[in-house]
Amino acid sequence: MTQREFLNIVMPFKDKVFRLAKRLLVSTEEAEDATQEVLLKLWNNKKKIQEYKNVEAFSMTMTKNFCFDKLKSKQAQNLKIVHSNYEDGNTSLQKQVELNDSVDWVSKIIQELPEQQKMIIQLRDIEEYDFDEIAKMLDMNNTAVRVNLSRARKTIREKLTKTHNYGVK
Amino acid sequence: MVLNNIEDLLEKYENGETTLKEEQQLKHYFSQETVAPHLEMYKPMFTYFLGNQQEQFTKDIPLKTKRTFNYKWIAVAAVAVLMLGFYFNQKPNDVGTIEDPQLAFNEVSKALEMISTHFNKGTSTVGYLNEVNKGTATLGYLNEIENTTSIIFKN
Repeated sequence: MTQREFLNIVMPFKDKVFRLAKRLLVSTEEAEDATQEVLLKLWNNKKKIQEYKNVEAFSMTMTKNFCFDKLKSKQAQNLKIVHSNYEDGNTSLQKQVELNDSVDWVSKIIQELPEQQKMIIQLRDIEEYDFDEIAKMLDMNNTAVRVNLSRARKTIREKLTKTHNYGVK
Repeated sequence: MVLNNIEDLLEKYENGETTLKEEQQLKHYFSQETVAPHLEMYKPMFTYFLGNQQEQFTKDIPLKTKRTFNYKWIAVAAVAVLMLGFYFNQKPNDVGTIEDPQLAFNEVSKALEMISTHFNKGTSTVGYLNEVNKGTATLGYLNEIENTTSIIFKN
């Protein structure tokens, strides 16, 4: 497999890998490193790539596992992943819709969710995968995904309602 | 879009029962400038989802075709060099055999003659050694002197 062929396979979902990594690791730099790592792993195993039924789903699972490992190792070192990207790339969009920082709230609320729900929200509401795919990526069954998704969505809505009603911004 | 419809969808949405298409509708609805006031709090959520979709991975992927240097090839090269070395280094065993006996005789006698002349040159210098012998013979007289002196001192 040439580089070009590989890139053709990888390009469509590299952003998704990155966003999932960022969802879990928070820091942009860490997420970039994780994405690189995942893609390099794919590249090094490029001979096997044809055997995978769904490279994209496989990569997402890989990303998930990689990020978990990373988080675990950071915890073991008693270090928190430090990130300095409190303001991320969607500021221009925020301005567009003039929502001030209430959009940021959503990201904070999602950050507080359990890892599992975080990923499911990411995969469903942002990346728009269907349930079967998510179930495969996260190695869960379909209903568990739905239940977790529903919980996550309710939590987000409750917290948002709270901030909305209190006018806390 | 009918508000009722949206409310229904939202409920289904929270139960995780919406299809991707219905979620698209929701996202579309909440990306509008104005939404129903009592649904205002959903707006940042869907805006966030849509905004987050745009985020891209900009770092490039260092796709090196990883060539692990194979030390096996050094061995192969070394062996090749050695073989070539031996091949080109083979001194011809031919020392110039002369087929014609007469010519061979001439050559040999020439060589021997050369040896003998050089040999003679060497022996001629040895001739000086005779002078040395002569010298030592004269030293014999010294013994005579010694004899006489011993006689004198004895008395």
